[in-house]
Amino acid sequence: MRAAVIVFPGSNCDRDLAVAFEQAGFQVDMVWHKDAALPEGIDIVGVPGGFSYGDYLRCGAIAAQSPICQAVVDHTKRGGYAVGVCNGFQILTETGILPGALLRNAGLKYICKTVGLKVETSDSAFTQGYNAGDVIGIPIAHHDGNYFADDAILSTLRDQDRIAFTYTENPNGSAGDIAGILSENRRVLGMMPHPERAADEGHGGTDGTALFRALSGALAPA
Amino acid sequence: MKARVHVMLKTGVLDPQGEAVRHALGAMGFNQVEGVRQGKVIDLELADGATEADVTDMCEKLLANTVIERYEIELV
Repeated sequence: MRAAVIVFPGSNCDRDLAVAFEQAGFQVDMVWHKDAALPEGIDIVGVPGGFSYGDYLRCGAIAAQSPICQAVVDHTKRGGYAVGVCNGFQILTETGILPGALLRNAGLKYICKTVGLKVETSDSAFTQGYNAGDVIGIPIAHHDGNYFADDAILSTLRDQDRIAFTYTENPNGSAGDIAGILSENRRVLGMMPHPERAADEGHGGTDGTALFRALSGALAPA
Repeated sequence: MKARVHVMLKTGVLDPQGEAVRHALGAMGFNQVEGVRQGKVIDLELADGATEADVTDMCEKLLANTVIERYEIELV
């Protein structure tokens, strides 16, 4: 199984994400944002957290226009898997791969702490290692994680069981306490919390490990 | 030619920065302020031959996120 982790100027969780993939059995290629194509044979693309392009204009807006992002859009249109964490989630919404947008936190403060997440669905390659209703502890570290979507999109997400995670105590004002969502084909996950920062004993928590292990199980060749 | 693009959060989208400014103005005694919305102004220096349609294209693709923002173009 092969994962590609995209590296933008200002990415700072790219290596953490690569380690989490590797520990779950993936071979990882780091892919520079100026590349116009993904390596052949990639099973999943990871769009990491950080502050791509200094968060100028809007978080993720400039990264979303980089050459590699067109390749990521094409990959997801072909039914390829992708996960975007934190800035990666912001980038996936800016590309239009996932609906909605991430606004400034309602309290205006950057928040860095471990929060409770409720697993809303186990019906995806990302969340099948959990049971719906499980509460897990995963760190957040963001200034713009306040998920916004209009009522029509929110009800579609609910009706199609596409809300992956919600906050047990909403830290940032997100609509519907939403922390992470799935694409319509359930193969793209965007989430503000950092599962790759809870994937090793040294992190102080391993509740994110099940996400990477589940992916590894789902994408392993039969 | 120059163009000035105004980008504002859409009505109904919470603007916590505008709210913070409103609170600060109220605390300073400016009780006549009932609402504040904060946006961006982007000035573009354009080559000869550029059109308003080009600027609209720029707004749709990059300068504004039309999920949450609206924009107005002023040619100057």
